[in-house]
Amino acid sequence: MWTGFPLFPEAASTIASGVDLLYLFLVVVSVVFSVGIFGAIFYFALRYQRKTQDEVPEPIHGSMILEITWSVVPFLILMVMFGWGTAVFFRNFHPPEGATEIFVTGKQWMWKLQHPEGQREINELHVPVGRAVKLTMATEDVIHSFYIPAFRVKKDVVPGMYTTMWFEPTKVGKYHLFCAEYCGNQHSGMIGTVYVMAPPDYEAWLAGAPRGETMSQAGERLFQRLGCHTCHAADRPGRGPVLEKVFGSTVLLADGKKVVADEMYLRESILRPGAKVVAGFKTQMPTFQGQISEEGLMQIIAYIKSLESKERTTTQ
Amino acid sequence: MASDAKTATSLWSGGGSPYAIGSKKFGMWLFIVSDMLTFTALLVAYTYLRMSTATWPTPFAFSPSIIFSTVMTLVLLSSSLTMVMAVHSMSHGDRGKTVKWILATMVFGSAFVILHMMEWMHLIRDEKVTPFSNPWGEPLFGATFFGITGLHMTHVTIGVIYLGIIAAGVGRGKFTYEDVEVSGLYWHFVDLVWMFVFPLIYLMSVKM
Amino acid sequence: MNAALAPPPSAPTPSETPTHYLNASYGFRSWLLTLDHKRIALLYLASITLFFFIGGFYAVLVRLELVTPAGDLMSAENYNTAFTLHGVVMIFFFLIPSIPAVLGNFLIPIMIGARDLAFPKLNLLSWYIYMVGGMVAAYALFTGGVDTGWTLYAPYSSTYSNSNVTATAIAAFITGFSSILTGLNFVVTIHKMRAPGLTWFRLPLFVWAHYATSVIQVLGTPVLAITLVLLILERSFGFGFFDPARGGDPVLFQHLFWFYSHPAVYIMILPSMGVISELVTCFSRKKVFGYGFIAMSSVAIAVLGFLVWGHHMFVSGQSVYAGMVFSILSFMVGIPSAIKVFNWTATMYKGSISYSTPMIYAFGFIGLFTIGGLTGLFLANLGLDIHLHDTYFVVAHFHYIMVGGAVMGYLGGIHYWWPKMTGRLYPEGWARFSALVLFVGFNLTFFPQFLLGYMGMPRRYHAYPEEFQVLNVMSSAGASILGVGYLIPMIYLFWSMRYGRLAPENPWGAKGLEWTTPSPPTTFNFDETPVVTEEAYEYVKEEKH
Repeated sequence: MWTGFPLFPEAASTIASGVDLLYLFLVVVSVVFSVGIFGAIFYFALRYQRKTQDEVPEPIHGSMILEITWSVVPFLILMVMFGWGTAVFFRNFHPPEGATEIFVTGKQWMWKLQHPEGQREINELHVPVGRAVKLTMATEDVIHSFYIPAFRVKKDVVPGMYTTMWFEPTKVGKYHLFCAEYCGNQHSGMIGTVYVMAPPDYEAWLAGAPRGETMSQAGERLFQRLGCHTCHAADRPGRGPVLEKVFGSTVLLADGKKVVADEMYLRESILRPGAKVVAGFKTQMPTFQGQISEEGLMQIIAYIKSLESKERTTTQ
Repeated sequence: MASDAKTATSLWSGGGSPYAIGSKKFGMWLFIVSDMLTFTALLVAYTYLRMSTATWPTPFAFSPSIIFSTVMTLVLLSSSLTMVMAVHSMSHGDRGKTVKWILATMVFGSAFVILHMMEWMHLIRDEKVTPFSNPWGEPLFGATFFGITGLHMTHVTIGVIYLGIIAAGVGRGKFTYEDVEVSGLYWHFVDLVWMFVFPLIYLMSVKM
Repeated sequence: MNAALAPPPSAPTPSETPTHYLNASYGFRSWLLTLDHKRIALLYLASITLFFFIGGFYAVLVRLELVTPAGDLMSAENYNTAFTLHGVVMIFFFLIPSIPAVLGNFLIPIMIGARDLAFPKLNLLSWYIYMVGGMVAAYALFTGGVDTGWTLYAPYSSTYSNSNVTATAIAAFITGFSSILTGLNFVVTIHKMRAPGLTWFRLPLFVWAHYATSVIQVLGTPVLAITLVLLILERSFGFGFFDPARGGDPVLFQHLFWFYSHPAVYIMILPSMGVISELVTCFSRKKVFGYGFIAMSSVAIAVLGFLVWGHHMFVSGQSVYAGMVFSILSFMVGIPSAIKVFNWTATMYKGSISYSTPMIYAFGFIGLFTIGGLTGLFLANLGLDIHLHDTYFVVAHFHYIMVGGAVMGYLGGIHYWWPKMTGRLYPEGWARFSALVLFVGFNLTFFPQFLLGYMGMPRRYHAYPEEFQVLNVMSSAGASILGVGYLIPMIYLFWSMRYGRLAPENPWGAKGLEWTTPSPPTTFNFDETPVVTEEAYEYVKEEKH
């Protein structure tokens, strides 16, 4: 590539080459059609240029065969595009098992990122090469959109819900991180850098980065501070459901429906406790809307997730 | 209005085409279709929000809320009946009777608006329901309730004014049968919208 | 309405000036209270031209800022206001009314052999509503502007923005009624007022395109209206429809907004396609190829247009299956669009092709629309749109459709019917020259943006990384050429109104009822109702008459 005048962004994730190939296919089809149409227009314009002012050509009314041809052929090409595009989309939609989880919070006008091990970054993201990374994303205010062109991934971050995306970097390097959804005054300043590192470098970075407590430790502290443990305690069941091993399980609700206790459900239950009450309990829990930041929510959820595996120490 | 060669013959000569109607009437139909999409969008938004909220309140007791709103519904239905009579009288060229029936329609329409306002005041004062909060949680309950019924009430109010203009004109010998019929179309449309609003807003929110 | 009803019974001799709609009466009153569709069209022409240059001014600001990577020309706040006002003014106050309100208003009654639209008073009222909306927009503009982007996404617009969102929403809301009433007027007129013998399938394709457009205006605009009302209620009073903290949903706003705003792009492009159908057939002097297919493809585009709004939301967190359905339906829009392009091209086959200015615009339109349409397929594609969404690729795509398509069609139509509207001919040399300048300037402005988009430059960026500079400078350079291309026609068209050569009744040797009236037409278009006995575009050799 030319430096200073590149035509392609770097391709640095497992899905980038698939997207580029699809792009090239569409470019080729577009060029073929454009050249065909422009060529025909140029040719007709020159070949049938008006010779005398009063010339009137023989009328042609149309041709059913031609009409059907140029409806059906584009239709078939369009279906190929649709099928191919949808296949690429679905292949890139579901994160693989065992992806490293990173939590993202958008806020006017910065990206805050938390690693489960406790490292926190702003507008910078360090990831190891060759390992799948899953992002769980929320926003404190307006809609943002997390966009890494070199990975060909983008996802809106929408108030009131979690969105997720994933990628697997394939090339060590520095890449742009953009906010793609207009979010106000400093929208174009809501940018950052993704550092893809070789595993040893990454380990070194992890070790060297300032780390306080892990996300679940921070979540546990918040859990205590907000008084959640007074009702949600494993040794004193009754007022609130026991949270041990709740993450990922299927929960029976008071109205007889069942839901899977994922991040979205836990988030909703903290912010709008009355929305989906577990069978056998009453809505006594106050809402925590406005009392807890999106980052704090992610920490509490990380804590609840960690309860899956470890016994809670009651004296903390 | 410009003279129109094609419709210079009687507007009611009939014919096979559904478009063999006067321009004004056709225009009103288009307006109604257009306005119907306004309400459709609003009601779809309401349904979407309600469906995605498990704890949507259903606070309306049969008495007095549902009885009261049923009376309102009957008042509005009656106004459609009197409007039919007005159009019927006009088709016989009886302008005096037409004016009386239109006035009756306006009375029913105004009564509906007044009853509606009374209900609103009751909800706001006694039940503490506002577009922003209500005693049953879900602030959107109030927002959608006042938004949808407010839009409908605006339409009824405009309808009453419109009928007033038509009645005044008919009384002074202006306006043709088509004008009265077109105003009737609008009025029936406003009633019809209520027939969607009433079950979606009231009947589906009955206290169980 | 009672001034100068009938022209002199005998054909006017060249020495005396015949009475026509422009000289039938004089003075402000005769214009501001006119019920003549042709005069109302000229009122619209003046007002949308004003808005076009306001919107263009903001485009200049945007392109100037983007010459350098740093945000150094103006503050981020001013930049955001500039691109928002560019969008709002161009879309709601120029593109949506442009062809329907000017050319449609002027031509539909004449093309169908009527004396006026079905509701002349309503037509005048529509213009006043448009102007009131325009005043509110001007108020919003002069009291600080608005910085939400023309898409007004909640919750930024409803809660966070400190700019004049409410006034802007009110302006768009009011103008919407003008659009609804114009559409309603056209539908009734086309149904009810066609001259004897002018059956549906004898209608000029311009009229078909406007029929489809009008249906979208009538059905789509009310949804935008109620969405804007909800936005205003939320912003001013705290209703929570789009606020998740109150149980609302910001994605709901996007659904409602695009339910109108995607069809709205067809409101902008369909009339232009109608113009191109007229131009291609006239300057090939040949019956249009596949009349029925072109007419029905307009209707198909109008119908499909209502079913594809979700393709603006592939990365908004809507369900993947919804994404699939919207993707496949969006691809379907490609078929009627392709049918049109193929039929226009085929019309030229064995024609008698003249390179008059309107035809140059038609060539430009077909080329640019082809590129715009094909790049639309990239965005309809789920796999690619993830990368391309909200980048400059999208900006380039819709400018190819909206400027390369709609504005080229509009200018082509203005040139084609200018002799009919004003009774004067414009200077052909200047006109061809400026059409070429426009074509070159346009491509230089917007083609680099496709490349920028795939490179990953997000739209609405005030400052950008340095590697994007070369392409941005090219784009800004192109924009300056484009600006000149718009100024030249502005000058010579204005000049020609007074000094242009007098136009004959039918300067192009075109078919269609509008070319049987004098240039300019009399107030009531036809002395007696014409009777149509042939198909549209029956170009036949003289001796067969």
